[in-house]
Amino acid sequence: MTQPWKRQEGDETIFRTCAWSPPGCHPVGCGLQVHVKDGRVVKVEGDPEHPITKGSLCPRCLALTEYIYHPDRIIYPMKRAKEDRGKDKWERCSWDEATDLVANAANEIIEKYGAETIAVFGGTGREGNNWYPQWANLVFGTPNSIYAQAGWSCYGPRMTNTAFMMGGGYPEIDYAMKFPERYDDPRFVAPEVILLWGKEPLRSNPDGLYGHAVIEMMRRFGTKLICVDPRITWLGTRAEEILQVRPGTDTALAMAFIYVLAHDDLVDHDFIEKWTYGYDELIERVQEMPPSRAAEICGVPEEQIWRAARMYGKAKPSSVAWGLAVDENTNGAQLGMCLVALMTITGFLDAPGGTTLGMGDDQGNVVRDGGAIDSSEKVDDETDSTLALALKHGIMTPETWYTKRIGVDKYPCVGQVMWTAHPDEILKAFETDKPYKMHMAGFVSSNPIGTAISAEPQRWWKALKKLDFNFACDLFMNPTIMACCDVILPVASTIEHDGMVVTHYGLNASFYGAQNKCVQVGECKSDVEIMLEVGKKTYPEFWGRFEDDEAYNNFHVLRSWLPWETLRDNVVTMSNEPYYKYKEGKLRPDGQMGFPTQTGRVELYSYAYANFGEDPLPYYEPAAFGPDTMPDMMKEDYPFILTTGARRQEFFHSEHKQVPSLRQISPWPEVDLNPADAAEHGIEDGDWVEISSPYGAIRQKAKVTPTIKPGVVHAMHGFWYPEEDGEEPNLFGNWKSNINMLMPNSVNAKSGFGNTFKSMICNIKKVDSLGGPNEPDKIVLEASRQGEFEVQQVWRPVDGPVQDPVDYDKSIAD
Amino acid sequence: MSQHALYLDFEFCTGCHSCEIACRNELGLPPDGFGIKVLEDRPRMNPDGKWNWNYIAYPTELCNLCEQRTEKGLLPACVQTCQAKVLEYGTIEECAAKLADKGSKATIFVP
Repeated sequence: MTQPWKRQEGDETIFRTCAWSPPGCHPVGCGLQVHVKDGRVVKVEGDPEHPITKGSLCPRCLALTEYIYHPDRIIYPMKRAKEDRGKDKWERCSWDEATDLVANAANEIIEKYGAETIAVFGGTGREGNNWYPQWANLVFGTPNSIYAQAGWSCYGPRMTNTAFMMGGGYPEIDYAMKFPERYDDPRFVAPEVILLWGKEPLRSNPDGLYGHAVIEMMRRFGTKLICVDPRITWLGTRAEEILQVRPGTDTALAMAFIYVLAHDDLVDHDFIEKWTYGYDELIERVQEMPPSRAAEICGVPEEQIWRAARMYGKAKPSSVAWGLAVDENTNGAQLGMCLVALMTITGFLDAPGGTTLGMGDDQGNVVRDGGAIDSSEKVDDETDSTLALALKHGIMTPETWYTKRIGVDKYPCVGQVMWTAHPDEILKAFETDKPYKMHMAGFVSSNPIGTAISAEPQRWWKALKKLDFNFACDLFMNPTIMACCDVILPVASTIEHDGMVVTHYGLNASFYGAQNKCVQVGECKSDVEIMLEVGKKTYPEFWGRFEDDEAYNNFHVLRSWLPWETLRDNVVTMSNEPYYKYKEGKLRPDGQMGFPTQTGRVELYSYAYANFGEDPLPYYEPAAFGPDTMPDMMKEDYPFILTTGARRQEFFHSEHKQVPSLRQISPWPEVDLNPADAAEHGIEDGDWVEISSPYGAIRQKAKVTPTIKPGVVHAMHGFWYPEEDGEEPNLFGNWKSNINMLMPNSVNAKSGFGNTFKSMICNIKKVDSLGGPNEPDKIVLEASRQGEFEVQQVWRPVDGPVQDPVDYDKSIAD
Repeated sequence: MSQHALYLDFEFCTGCHSCEIACRNELGLPPDGFGIKVLEDRPRMNPDGKWNWNYIAYPTELCNLCEQRTEKGLLPACVQTCQAKVLEYGTIEECAAKLADKGSKATIFVP
């Protein structure tokens, strides 16, 4: 029996809806049943009829009532005088006044200094991802939207690997997620082996993969796992093989996997012959990385590399799930090249039980059933991209787009694939006023001074405070808003607005889910409604055509193929995309067979990378900070490899720390230490420890566990203390446990992607309490020692053109 | 009518804590209340080099097996929400049969 999207049971109205954000989450679109009584949510539970989640929910959605009705939630627009930045002196105002303040500031700055001096920030994975480029390009006419993570180290690098080597959206493991009958669909075959590389799907549900589907396939079909991770995760203990790699060395291991597949002839020659380009060159290249050499580099036994690679190569079918570890790595493009090769040369790319591809593009803004998008169709507004609309309507000039987007001249590879400025480069622009002075910023569900994505957040803090005007669209007070904003526009949560959620932002669509509005909280408005209100005051000739958010949703989100009412009534519309899309002309814009690359094949030898000055084949390069590059420093001051960013089910990055049911699961930030390392430093489980790198020092609680590789520590990201004093300098304890204080900016790969979040160096020592710094100036390294750490400057030159990596040992010795 | 029970396949209980919150929502408990609680046996290596790391979700004294739901034909809140689908509901006999089928790393609770 199918329940309608809205039904009455006694005095309760029950809505069926699919979740995205806020609160922060990736577009997994889990099925909710929201019970509403007298206009108020009384309970949230899973939707048993949702074909993917089948009644299941994770703690974050189950605790939604605590979140949406939290006493600290911002439910009215607020303003604050500029001179009171950093102080809790907010004043409630009307929507009209708040949007006037934003629009008037923007109009004045556009007139006086040019639209490009306005920046719009977006946070990772959230629904706001759809909107912040539109805020930038269409509301203000600036090319400078910003994802503030150093090296754009999330998803972007994997998108680049995909776009350059094969196209076809984002590759994802097959869990029958596109079919209404799921595993019972006769086309489906379960993966025999899944290779989980730098990925923990149970805790991260990354970008549209419903992680627990892996458990479902293990139990139902006996699917086996191979995990590559410096941590042995709970899921790893259920795997056949756990390759406990030293952080930052994955590329060597992946090259060795390809070496073994070729050595044992565990590849699909027919597929390689017909559908790939450069296989022979790839195999020649990986001859430099036999398992014996990779074993030494990675700290993984040689025989295990042979065994695991053979297990992967012999599995029919096999699938690859690649994780964030690919992105947060300066050698990550090359790792991604190897993993794309591993998905491909087995012949199971877009095959049942293999690694699926998608048909969408433009971040889900263009989605069609049953065929690729022909570029000739992109002529009318409905299929135009955000950029095309901005140019066509004169909101942004081509000159502004092509010459004012900061950092893409230095890193054209990032500029080609991403729609934003280059994060590390625009930080320098904020600081130095070069190439021009910035004047205004908006934060659309993004908190760059906070604890989730920005490296050296103390630098962002100082840079953003000095702008003329700042505003935020958000739900809770956070360090960024407290430190530097002048206006807050309160945002409606996922169950307070209408919208759509598509897995992988449409790049690999399992289904199209309706986000149905169930309740109104305070005066909160959806991101789209807010954008419309401000847009009508900056560019009324474009925005005036949309009467309400539904008109905009139909125009720019849903397009016309799936009208809003149909989407809502269906709740879930499965994509039903077929396998082997490359054989049916469903990947290329011209409708021909093959892949949307220069050669029409999967380019194992990548012309696109070559065009951007990268090696067309994968190679191993040691991490910027590590035993290969700075052995003396590691011996003396920073003996540990630091890796960060592992997910917790109860938090999405810096969010959810205020929610009692969630915070009690992880009350404090934890750093994983191996028992041998802990004993050597006199640290016991539960002790507070100071973690320090050349860039700063913060405190977290020791979790002594044998599951972390000896010599490696893993520190939680995203921790702050919303219960503490919010005013400057404390900013809710923003600096106390913030592991990103230890990470540099501008340590990027040649392409401009990648950073050190997964492989930094650090030291640890026992301390008495959280205590810790509450002023960033007191934790950055004393000036006298800065000279020792020239890596940030010499790794890739600050202002010069991109060059080959330098010899660190030599440059430090000099 | 035979007495009912919860079956747990703890080989695959991922320790996600969803059952705790779903139960809290159902019974109207405060944030520190538990009708079901996830316990962890922290990781250690066995002599054979394999890992022992298990979670057990066990029903507390507040658990009523969701009578108010099951009489309407709904699953208990914890069972419905379980992400790994390792919690199941049935009569003691049905649960015992599942236990026998599984043969290892499973248990039955009668709260």
